[in-house]
Amino acid sequence: MSANSWTISAARDALRKGEISAVDLTMSCLTAIDAGDALNAFVHKTPEIALEQARAADARLASGEAPAMCGIPLGIKDLFCTKGVPSQAASNILKGFKPEYESTVTSKLFEAGAVMLGKLNMDEFAMGSSNETACYGNAVSPWRRKGSDVALTPGGSSGGSAAAVAADLCLAATGTDTGGSIRQPAAFTGIVGIKPTYGRVSRWGVVAFASSLDQAGPMTKSVRDAAIMLQAMAGHDPKDSTSADLPVPDFEAALTGDIRGKVIGIPKEYRMDGMPEEIEALWQRGIEMLKDAGAVVRDISLPHTQYALPAYYVIAPAEASSNLARYDGVRYGHRAKLSHGDGVTEMYEKTRAEGFGPEVQRRIMVGTYVLSAGFYDAYYNRARKVRALIKRDFDTVFAEGVDAILTPATPSAAFGLGEMADVDPVKMYLNDVFTVTVNLAGLPGISVPVGLDHQGLPLGLQLIGRPWEEAPLLNYAHVLESRAGFVAKAEKWW
Amino acid sequence: MAIDIDTARKVAKLARIRVEEADLPKLAGQLSGILGFMEQLNEVDVSGVEPMTSVTPMRLKRRADEVTDGNMQAQVLKNAPDAREGFFAVPKVVE
Repeated sequence: MSANSWTISAARDALRKGEISAVDLTMSCLTAIDAGDALNAFVHKTPEIALEQARAADARLASGEAPAMCGIPLGIKDLFCTKGVPSQAASNILKGFKPEYESTVTSKLFEAGAVMLGKLNMDEFAMGSSNETACYGNAVSPWRRKGSDVALTPGGSSGGSAAAVAADLCLAATGTDTGGSIRQPAAFTGIVGIKPTYGRVSRWGVVAFASSLDQAGPMTKSVRDAAIMLQAMAGHDPKDSTSADLPVPDFEAALTGDIRGKVIGIPKEYRMDGMPEEIEALWQRGIEMLKDAGAVVRDISLPHTQYALPAYYVIAPAEASSNLARYDGVRYGHRAKLSHGDGVTEMYEKTRAEGFGPEVQRRIMVGTYVLSAGFYDAYYNRARKVRALIKRDFDTVFAEGVDAILTPATPSAAFGLGEMADVDPVKMYLNDVFTVTVNLAGLPGISVPVGLDHQGLPLGLQLIGRPWEEAPLLNYAHVLESRAGFVAKAEKWW
Repeated sequence: MAIDIDTARKVAKLARIRVEEADLPKLAGQLSGILGFMEQLNEVDVSGVEPMTSVTPMRLKRRADEVTDGNMQAQVLKNAPDAREGFFAVPKVVE
């Protein structure tokens, strides 16, 4: 098995024992990346930075003082600002933008010795569920349906991250999740993705989409890797006023495999009309696995679930319309060529029409509308009240003793690129039906690969935890992962 | 609620995004579809519910009102499409 296909934990152990150098490990990823251009996952490659960081990691490893992430080669979602390296949120409006600063998350990863291989494809401004809104073109899943060569979506918005990890172009990647953008692509590609509790990971230096929903998290090949990488990403940051000043527990130490007596809630509202039989069966299997491990499974109700999606598609665009107002052609990125006599208003309007893609434009306009005079109460304030009710649903079941909640991660397996092109935008939004509730309530959620569908495509289950309880959540996920024994890999065609 | 072409034009103007006249009907249709989807929220009884304003209940940290960084004019202007003499440059705003 070549080193690029290793997990973080295997690589950490091998690096510490001196069985491989960080430079060799990095080289094996760089080789895989160059051979993986058909996946369009890496959109800005940074081999010089990677090798320099790998050499530094080797020196640190030699001194015997190396943290767990030291020498681990990662892909970084294009949403993270990385100093001197293009960071354009997959948007033409940020073309040419090279930040003069480093995001807190990448700073922390680099301080821990991690190696950056390059920047990863994504939906423009993280708005999408299929990675089809990127200015770089689609990221392509390494997975294909049995006997078919139809190109499938790796999911979105962290589609490049999912494709890169699933195809072993890197050991792990950063993702961000506003409505499911870590968990849905992880489920589509058979990897693990965790969205931490809102405030666990600093948002500083991450291009903002919807500030009350955005959280960064790791996308990895195993639950253990998610624990190790989250450890390095999490923690209080004075530069993000919403980051929580709470101690970060030892996540890997929490993976005891003992979940006896823990109460796992099964929400009846997540049984959707028209949900494929296979998803239902997978969910049942997950329930059996947790029961078998000694958990107590309890039917619960989260009565406002069906209103989560419409509430999300008011709140997220509202926040986006405000956050994206900064792209005006003045301080960074693209500015439209102006005609004689054009003033500053024409500059804004032309720049934003040229720089933003159709989905981003649509969401900005929806957000503008729901925040406009006369509609603010009817849409925005009502959605925020519904959000409070959705959070209350979770608070209630947790207060009644539920430790975590098990649901499907997605309503289907990955679909073909282009298959959703002509449908109503609302149809695409339905991808997030099982994941948005978690963002609205600010909870931690993790997607774990559990099985394959009849076409040979990965399917995942989602576990939702109590606020700040990522450590026990990772342990439940670890149990699910061990019992499911998911080892399938995409057959290499690229 | 259906969005007509005039409303679509107004929203585009408020959002400072140029939309060609020919594209307004399609935009109005899509916005109507999305807003129609949101109408479901009217089914929910929200009486007595306060709008959620913070995700996790915590008090924002405070710090002394002091300058913590600065003197970075070159870095601030580095990515500007048009910077001159230490300023961001834009088309003439005042006649």
